[in-house]
Order: sequence, then structure tokens, then C-alpha cells
Amino acid sequence: MSFDLSADYFQLFGLPVSFSVDTATLMQRYREIQQSVHPDRFANGSEQERRLSMQYATHINEALRVLKDPLARARYLLELKGVQWDDEQSTLSDPEFLMQQMELRESLSEVNEQTDPLDAVADILNEVNSLIGKNSQVLESLLSSQQAEDLEKAKHQVRKMQFLRKMQTEAESLEARLEDEM
Amino acid sequence: MALLQISEPGKTQAPHQRQLAVGIDLGTTNSLVATVRSGLAEPLADDEGRHLLPSVVRYVHNAEPIVGQSAKDAAPRDPMNTIVSVKRLMGRGIDDIRKNEFGAYEFVANDSVVPRIHTAGGDVSAIEVSAEILRTLRKRAEKTLGDVLTGAVITVPAYFDDAQRQATKDAAKLAGLNVLRLLNEPTAAAVAYGLDKKSEGIIVIYDLGGGTFDVSILRLNRGVFEVMATAGDSALGGDDMDMAIARWFMRQAGISDDADHAQIRRLMYEARRAKEALTDAEQVMVEVQRMDGTIWQGELTRSGMNDLIDALIKKTISPCRRALRDAGISLEEVEAVVMVGGSTRVPRVREKVEAFFQQPVLVDIDPDKVVAVGAAIQADVLAGNKPGDEMLLLDVIPLSLGLETMGGLTEKLINRNTTIPVARAQEFTTYKDGQTAMSIHVVQGEREMVQDCRSLAKFSLRDIPPMVAGAARIRVTFQVDADGLLSVTAQEQTSGIQSSIQVKPSYGLEDQEIEQMLRDSMQHARDDMQSRKIREQQVEAERVIEALNAALASDGEQYLDSQEREQIDHALSELVNVNKSNDVDKIKSAIKDLEKTCAAYVERRMNSSIKDAMSGHNVEEFES
Repeated sequence: MSFDLSADYFQLFGLPVSFSVDTATLMQRYREIQQSVHPDRFANGSEQERRLSMQYATHINEALRVLKDPLARARYLLELKGVQWDDEQSTLSDPEFLMQQMELRESLSEVNEQTDPLDAVADILNEVNSLIGKNSQVLESLLSSQQAEDLEKAKHQVRKMQFLRKMQTEAESLEARLEDEM
Repeated sequence: MALLQISEPGKTQAPHQRQLAVGIDLGTTNSLVATVRSGLAEPLADDEGRHLLPSVVRYVHNAEPIVGQSAKDAAPRDPMNTIVSVKRLMGRGIDDIRKNEFGAYEFVANDSVVPRIHTAGGDVSAIEVSAEILRTLRKRAEKTLGDVLTGAVITVPAYFDDAQRQATKDAAKLAGLNVLRLLNEPTAAAVAYGLDKKSEGIIVIYDLGGGTFDVSILRLNRGVFEVMATAGDSALGGDDMDMAIARWFMRQAGISDDADHAQIRRLMYEARRAKEALTDAEQVMVEVQRMDGTIWQGELTRSGMNDLIDALIKKTISPCRRALRDAGISLEEVEAVVMVGGSTRVPRVREKVEAFFQQPVLVDIDPDKVVAVGAAIQADVLAGNKPGDEMLLLDVIPLSLGLETMGGLTEKLINRNTTIPVARAQEFTTYKDGQTAMSIHVVQGEREMVQDCRSLAKFSLRDIPPMVAGAARIRVTFQVDADGLLSVTAQEQTSGIQSSIQVKPSYGLEDQEIEQMLRDSMQHARDDMQSRKIREQQVEAERVIEALNAALASDGEQYLDSQEREQIDHALSELVNVNKSNDVDKIKSAIKDLEKTCAAYVERRMNSSIKDAMSGHNVEEFES
């Protein structure tokens, strides 16, 4: 009789299990569910109601966060398919990709020496974002495949995505700092 | 125990008794209380018809503190006993205050981490000073509405950290208020604005008050107010403009930096007067008395003032940029920029904000009242006065939460602008054989080094079962509730033993201190405490009875078998009977009994309402 917190996130929002997610539908479902579980509905309620509603709303928020973010979504999909993540031990053996990352990192560290640092960091961000876009496309086709070897490839792709995401965060905070200094 | 009010077509609802709920804007300069009456949210006035209560408390020897206008009038004469802008001191340690505040008070050394100010009426903390303001507003509301309040929504700056929020909630508790929610000020303003204008789309709330600055970006969608990002500065506001102007006076008049408290207060007053006059006038005459009694007279022009405050206004623009970035929104997507807070009356502020957002700002709502009005609307909904209402506020945590790791670095656990409520779990392990305790330091902020972030609390985990190093797995869960407040629980995973947690707040009060303050305030017997307590308990019972009756009428038959129904009816009539007595403890325990009897029913209703929300949306529907 209890609300099934073990249902997968896709099921929770009545969405098909897939890497591509219809954001508009997702958001609409999210709002509908929060309408009935959010702690605001139970602010004047008993301790039990307030505790339950906080748990449910927290769960729905986490589900939304995962499904909205392509990287988290890909990781989650792979987990549903039985992949285990051992983040600390894993290394990326893709010399070409690593080289590209090193170059990006180097240009990021040299941004301040450019005549227009803001332009330079914007260029890097563009490049990172386009790499992320390409990566997402590759992930999408790998994740819709049923082949075991594609699963391995997808895992590899997710690791690359993590590198790119980190680079994106760094470039964005550098851009923010530069803008604030102006 | 407000059960969900689900009205089904064809079924009549039990007549509904309105809950008395208010919204309170606890401001740096002024505070306000508002409520919804006959469908209209409006601020409540005092006996003399004034809505704004100056947030000023004056302590006197052996008498009740004075709150509001008369305290404000006395401030220049009695600066050491008259506390102004106490909001700037909330949730702050003594070092923060000494570093940031101009002409502060006389602080006394004590054992608590909460600084106390020495006054003629005794040593008081910022929490107690705020409680006096809240108590005054509570009394005003109860007098106007004719009964004790069911609950209140108190607004806080969106950029308030955990310590500042907790301090505000503690103050409300001390003032005898049941806090339904701590609501972020810009979100409150958006509610008042959005419901008024029936808008959809993305709006920016630029809220510059007396001592705090917030900017929030919200998406409005059919009654859902979704905060996409918020940023700000919890120590930046109109007071800082006054300080900048006062310092200019000092330079002009040749007054040295070591001016005494009374002198600084007078300068601040003159500065504020000049600033307000320059909203309409192009120049203003100013007069400042030097320490030796001689007078300096001069003229301040609007453009002269602009030069003094431009740096401060500029400090509000980078948070705007950051909020846009965090929300993933471009300038073109912003439908409206709404100005909130008294300091947005300064023409230069409007000018600069319009230049940044590249559109005219909206100033047609009263910037002083809009936050309280929004809070009142939310209070009305939270108290259950509007069953079936679609309004829902989805807010975010303003600053990232993190943990201290090796080398004084922070590891982020929950990123800023994550929708609340939110929880994250983290596993820790022991590094020594047989280790039974460990300590965890929680910080809030964006910087890499722990020392640059705000320390929230140090937790020590105890009773970890002794094992070899690295074998214990302690799962610590950090939960941020809908008020933006953090709580922490811990469990050892392999044994399932609940580790106990001792919290040492870095700035807040410990539970015992709050209890002591509550006891002290009761001893003062400000109002007739006993009769008030009885009435409060009866109101609580009435609310429980009301909600349960409404629920049973709508779906009691559906979810309860006859035996269960009998048990509930029995517990309910017990409560109805006991509530006629004046025995607080008996009423309290009858409510507890009834709630226990209803536990299964409550859960069934809740689950079913969730299923209703999800029903009709199955996978096949989208695959076809």
C-alpha cells in the first residue's frame, strides 16, 4: 500500500526508459506529482505527514535532477542495466582524447595572457560544449543498443563526458571571474 | 494534522473554518505582518493606523523593551540600548560583526557562540531582539483577528545561510509563533506579483533591502513558482549606502574615525535623510554637528551621492549575472524585472539595473509591502484555507553545502541552486583499528578552502562499532528541508547501528539555550502565559478535528473498514470532549492518541493522492 520508492525514475514520471527524454513532459509530470507530495501541502500537518512528504518530495527532486541532466541520466541508465561504477580505480585509456583534454586545459590556463581573455575563454567553452554535444549523440545510439560491447563503450563514453563536464565547469567559473573583474 | 483536502465532485465538503495564519516580513529596517481576509491579502495596521513597524528595539532598566517607532525616535539619544538593523547580526559570530559593522554595540564575552549585546535591560542576543519584533507583530495580528494564530510564514533573504535561517526560526519560536514555513523574500514577492498579474514566463526579482540583497530568477507556470537560481549578498543594502554617505560627511566635516556611538548614529540618520530626499530632489542641504559642538553645513547633489554609492550598486550586478548563468537563461528570455525592497527607490539603482537587464524595471508594486503580502498568501495556502489551490512554490538552496576534507579543502555535497527538499548521502570509513568516533565538519559556500566558507557545524559521530580500519561504513545523510534547513543523520552500514550525532553549531544556539530563553521569557509573564497556552492548545485541537472531519467526510468509507473507523471515531470524540477542558497536557495527549490511531489512514490517503497524480500517465501512452 505504500508509495513505491524503489520504482525506477522513468516509471515514476511515466516515461519510457530511454536516454532521450521529453523535457516538457518530464517537467509537467514533475509539477503534477509535486503538487500532491510537496511539504507545502502538509505544512500544517502531523509529524508523520510532514516527514513522509519531505521524503517523497526529496525523492521526486532527485529523480528529476537525474533525468534532466544527460550525464547523470546516462550513468543512471547504465546502472539500471547492471553497470557498477568504481570511479576511483577507473582510468581512461584513450590517448587521443586525453591529448585533446590536455590541450584544452593548457589553453584555459593561458587565457589571462590573451589580448581578450573573455573572448578566449568563450572560444574554449564553445569547443567544450560542442564536444559534449557530439558525445551525447554517441551516447544516445550506444544506450539504445542491446549489445554487451556497446554497453562497455557507453561506459567509456560516460567517463569522457565526466572529463568534459569538469572542463566545462572550470571554464564557466573562469568566465564568471573575468566578467566580475570587468 | 491537516489531512489532504481532496474534494470529489458530487460530495459536499464539511463547512470549513478558517485558520488564522499570517505572513511576516522581518526586515532590516522595517517589519510587517499581513493576512488574507475575504480573499484579499493586506498588511495589518497598529492602533495608530501604521503598517510598517520599524525594526528597532530599545531596552530599558526593569521594564518591558520598547519596539517600533518610539524606539526608533529614541535611537540617537540612547544608541547603546537601542538596537537597530538587528537582522544584520542574525546567525553571525562576533568576528563577522566586528569586521563588517560600523558603530556596533557593546558585546559581552560569554560561553555561547551567539554574541550578546550589553544593554540597560540585560544582555541580549540578536535572536531575542528579533523575537521582540516578532512578538509585537504577533500581538498586533491577534488583536486585529481576535484569536491566537495557527501559524505564520516568516520571510528571510534568499541568500541567508543555514545559521541565519536557523536563528530566524529560533526567534519565531521564542516569540510564540508556529512557523509554517521560512519563505525566501524574492519568492514571496514573486507570489504577490505573479498572482496579481497572472503572468507566465521567466521573471527576475531584484530585492535590495536595508541590509540584504537578493536576486532570484523564477519560472511562473500556472500557479507553480519555480525558482531557477538565486544569488545575492546577505550583508549589502541601504544601510551600506548610508554608511558610505556618512563617511563622506565625516571627511567633509573633519570628523575623525573614532567618533563615538551617538555621533555615528546621528551621522547615519542624516545620511539616510539625505539619501531619501535625493530620490526626488537634485540636491539637499546637510548639517552635521562635530564633537566640539560646532556645525558643518554642506550640500550633497544626486550625482555626488551616485559617486558614493556606485561601487555598492555594482556589487549587486555580478550576482545578477551569476544567477542568469546558473539558471541557464539569456537576457532576452527575461519577461519582467520586478524591483523589491526600500532601497530600490534610489533612482541610481533603477538606472543601473535597467542598463544591465536592457529593459525597464517594474516599480508599480509597493516595494515595502509586497514581501509580507506574498508571505500572507502562502500562509493562507499552507494553513489549508484554500483546498484545491494550485499554488506551489519550488525553491532552491542558495549556497552549496560541503564537507571539510584533507588539507582544509571543501568537497561539495549539494550544489547551490538545487531544488529543495534535497538529501545526499555520503559514506565514511574509519582509519584506525577499533575507532569508535569521528568528526565531520559541514560548511556552506562556494570557495575551495574551508576557511573561506562559512562553518555551519561540527558533528561528532559516536558509538561506531569497533572494527578494523576501513571496515566500518558510516552512511551520513544530509537532508535540507523545505525551509532550507539542514539536518544530519548517520548509520553504520554493516551493522545497521544508528550512530549518534552530536551537533556543535558554529554560530547558532544550542537546544538547551533556546529552552532556557523560553523559560526566561515565560517568567517575565509578558502576557497571561497560562491562558494563552490553553487557548493555543485548543486552537490546535480544533484544527485537528476540523481537518479529520473533512477528510473522513470525503473518503473515510473508501479507506477504512468499520473497525478502523470505530477506533478513529472513538479517539476523535475523546479529543472533542477533552478539548472542552482547560488541561493543556490532556488535550496534547488526546491529539497524540488520535494521530496515532490515524497513522495508517493518513498514509493510505497520501499514497492514493500520489497515485492519482501519476495515474493516467503510463508508459504505453507515450510509446504509442
